[in-house]
Amino acid sequence: MEELKFVGKEIPRIDEKEKITGAAKYVDDIDFGPNLLYAEIVESPYPHALIKKIDTSEAEKVEGVVKVVTGKDFPYKFGLYMKDRYIFPQDRVRFVGEQVAAVVARDPKIAQKAAKLVKVEYEPLPAVFDPLEAVKEGAPIIHPELGQYSHVPWFFPKGGSNIAHHRKVRRGDVEKGFREADYVFEDTYKIPRYAHCCMETHISVAYYDLSGRLTLWNSSQSPHVQKSLIADALSPLGISEKDVRVITPYVGGGFGGKAGVTMEVIAAALAIACKGHPVKVRWRRDQEFYNTYMRQQVISKIKVGVKKDGTITAFQIENFWDAGPYVEYGANVVNASGLSATGPYRIPNIKIDSYCIYTNLPAAGPYRGFGYSEMLFSVESHMTRVAKAIGMDPVEFRKKNAIREGDPLAYGAPMNPNGLLEAIDKVAKEIEWGKKEEPKDPNKAIGKGFAIFWKAPAMPPNVSTTAFLKFSGDGSVNILVSGMEIGQGYHVAMAQIAAEILTIPVEKIRVELPDTDRNPYHWQTVASHVTWASGNAVKRAALEARDKIFDVIARAYYFNKDSLYLENGKVKCKTKPDFELDLKDFVINGIMKEDGYYVGQNIVASGQFFVEFASALQDPETSQGGHPNVHYTVGAAAVKIEVDKQTGKIKVLKAVEAIDCGKAINPLNVKDQMIGGLLQGLATALYEDMRFDKNGKILNPNFTDYKIPTALDIPEEVVPIIVEVAQPDGPYGARGMAEHPMIPAAPMIANAVEDAVGVRIKALPITAEKIALALAKGEKEPDYYWHIMK
Amino acid sequence: MIRKISIILNGEKRSVYVEPNDLLLDVLRDKLGDKTPKYGCGRGDCGTCTVLVNGKSVRSCLILAVEVDGQEVTTLEGISKNGLTELQKYFIKHSSFQCGFCAPGMIVALDEFLKKNPKPSEEEVKEAISGNLCRCTGYVPIIRAVMDYVKNRGG
Repeated sequence: MEELKFVGKEIPRIDEKEKITGAAKYVDDIDFGPNLLYAEIVESPYPHALIKKIDTSEAEKVEGVVKVVTGKDFPYKFGLYMKDRYIFPQDRVRFVGEQVAAVVARDPKIAQKAAKLVKVEYEPLPAVFDPLEAVKEGAPIIHPELGQYSHVPWFFPKGGSNIAHHRKVRRGDVEKGFREADYVFEDTYKIPRYAHCCMETHISVAYYDLSGRLTLWNSSQSPHVQKSLIADALSPLGISEKDVRVITPYVGGGFGGKAGVTMEVIAAALAIACKGHPVKVRWRRDQEFYNTYMRQQVISKIKVGVKKDGTITAFQIENFWDAGPYVEYGANVVNASGLSATGPYRIPNIKIDSYCIYTNLPAAGPYRGFGYSEMLFSVESHMTRVAKAIGMDPVEFRKKNAIREGDPLAYGAPMNPNGLLEAIDKVAKEIEWGKKEEPKDPNKAIGKGFAIFWKAPAMPPNVSTTAFLKFSGDGSVNILVSGMEIGQGYHVAMAQIAAEILTIPVEKIRVELPDTDRNPYHWQTVASHVTWASGNAVKRAALEARDKIFDVIARAYYFNKDSLYLENGKVKCKTKPDFELDLKDFVINGIMKEDGYYVGQNIVASGQFFVEFASALQDPETSQGGHPNVHYTVGAAAVKIEVDKQTGKIKVLKAVEAIDCGKAINPLNVKDQMIGGLLQGLATALYEDMRFDKNGKILNPNFTDYKIPTALDIPEEVVPIIVEVAQPDGPYGARGMAEHPMIPAAPMIANAVEDAVGVRIKALPITAEKIALALAKGEKEPDYYWHIMK
Repeated sequence: MIRKISIILNGEKRSVYVEPNDLLLDVLRDKLGDKTPKYGCGRGDCGTCTVLVNGKSVRSCLILAVEVDGQEVTTLEGISKNGLTELQKYFIKHSSFQCGFCAPGMIVALDEFLKKNPKPSEEEVKEAISGNLCRCTGYVPIIRAVMDYVKNRGG
């Protein structure tokens, strides 16, 4: 194999200089001039109510108010996977904080003042917040029209109920599997809601010009999807997709929260209502908590059968997902995690039921891990308990049952090549698994916890991406793609891939942020798939450019094209050792021949990656057949913690994580994803704690009361480990890994707490309060702490 | 009542008309065109709007523009305008920032801190940036760069 010069090297990020000088522009940093208008949202104070009347007359009288917009102005639905949401609600509100109307004014202070003058009459309806209550007979029905909503063919909504989707997986005979087991263990776990907490809140500036062109500047992971969904929602007004342009400058964090469409469609509608003016909608920090997506809450009922030797014979799980009142994106979280709810285990008999349930809490959807961070808390907590109950080491138990290449997945397709066992071994060695450590302070206890994980990109089966690549006269290159640099290091990775083919340094390559007019299609920057998919497209574009380069040289010098190669940015020829020509000498201007005529072409190229090997069509009763996931990325992780037996406070002494990313295009960035993602996961395990009042209103939508980690909260030591078992269809063998680091954090903490102090916490977060109370009361499995959430 | 104030912004005297309740953050961004301090929370929790007033770091979302009349205000733009500082070079070397939104506040806070404490311990660095939230990096790549810089600075 040829030695790689750029791929696999720890090259500094090419976007870093812009970010550390303050040159990087985010949406709110763009000036829109004195014609800019500002919007303020009128929000519902009820979790569920009919809208009887909206009186905007007083607000409209305020000087400086340009327009007041309500649902009757835009009776149009939108949605990514299921159209269950209106731009503004029509006849009913479904959560506290929902946008009922918007006031657009010349000045934000005027908009705020006028919004208070909009009078809305409501008729409150009974609301439901608990997913288990919502599926009971007689529960308030949140979407009476559910049966009529359009949706993707792999969803199965139950009209007349609050079940927006039910993913069933059946493999083998689960009852037979439980009969064959020597032991059966079942329990229930609870995973609450969490918030993404991107440092930049959602913002959209929309401009509908006097010719009817709609341009949006969005903080987004999904420029092309936003273009299509917004055009689709507004198509009754004659908006065509060609006239919609989405520009996405740098984005201050995404984590799934800026995927799909949420508040951007409000900005688009307001711009249409205020033709000729740019309109800015910027969420305050509290709105960022309740009016984008949250992570879903899950009640997980799990049952596992094992033989005495540790072989898993049967696995049954029911996951009840509280998806909030709009599931246009969130239902696919439920679907994807349902298909993979076993975790990375080889199990012959499987029964999975994953329910997407409407509730009157705020809308919930994708968040780093896309369901796997949530549901693997129950699976990986339970697997450790099962192993210990049969007297087996939890790591040995996992190695015995770990899925291997070629094993059938729950839906029948084969598992891809993977380094799960290597990851387990490397993590166990680094954390010194099995070595019991004694604390110096007798009031403290030390424990270790282990977890394994997997995640597949959750995408439609026909996901695609294109890259454009163009040379300038000095031999430098601009790459146009529509994946988003959301912090993961996408730009430098794409530059490294192109550099490898073109043999020019990364410093000669720019990767451009998306503008849907200029940059070609890319579905969304989600699912940890851009290095894999967009990387393939960029590689193909670079190969096409190289082919055109060779074509020019072969024609100009009568060389055999096959004898040409690139080295250090120069074309060379195997049969003419004296020949070399720098790219800058011809990529734009061509080559002058002896007679003064030219041979040449501007070197521009495109490359595309279109998934043609996946299918989401499966038997709805069993999910057998089809190939819904392109591949899985796997890993293992462990933690060593110290628990204060009096206060319950946990200190993370060491965290280790190994992920099989196929090939690390940039190992520094891969390791830093693990470090950052692990901390985000540890925070969900230890202290991030969202509270609602009895009306479903969030009580802590700010960083004073919803604590996210500071620099003082990081583990004493974090060891990221890269495993590389190549993905056959990935660029240089790469597959995605950026969501995965946070997935194992919560179960490995729960497992370590039990190891340290013998308390099994089954409801997140595992706060000091819960541990201290359990220790004080001498309780091993304090179930009732679930109710702290309410 | 609109009032005229003067600020020495990044070394240049700038005069601007403000309302009494205008926040420094909004005046810097919308009236003086310095977009480097960011809105992150509006209540002093996150530190993305950190600027220096007379060399001391403050949350520009928590103070009124009229309070800094006649004072010196420094933002990341001021720190960067004469080329990269040595510390910034270490941030590039270590790929310290990911989405980059916290960088302006973080770098301003570190600029103040490293002037006061040129040879800090890692714990002191953590303490110094504990008021600046970052959701991407887990802070490690930022601390890594600062410690490398501290180790190598000044020969």
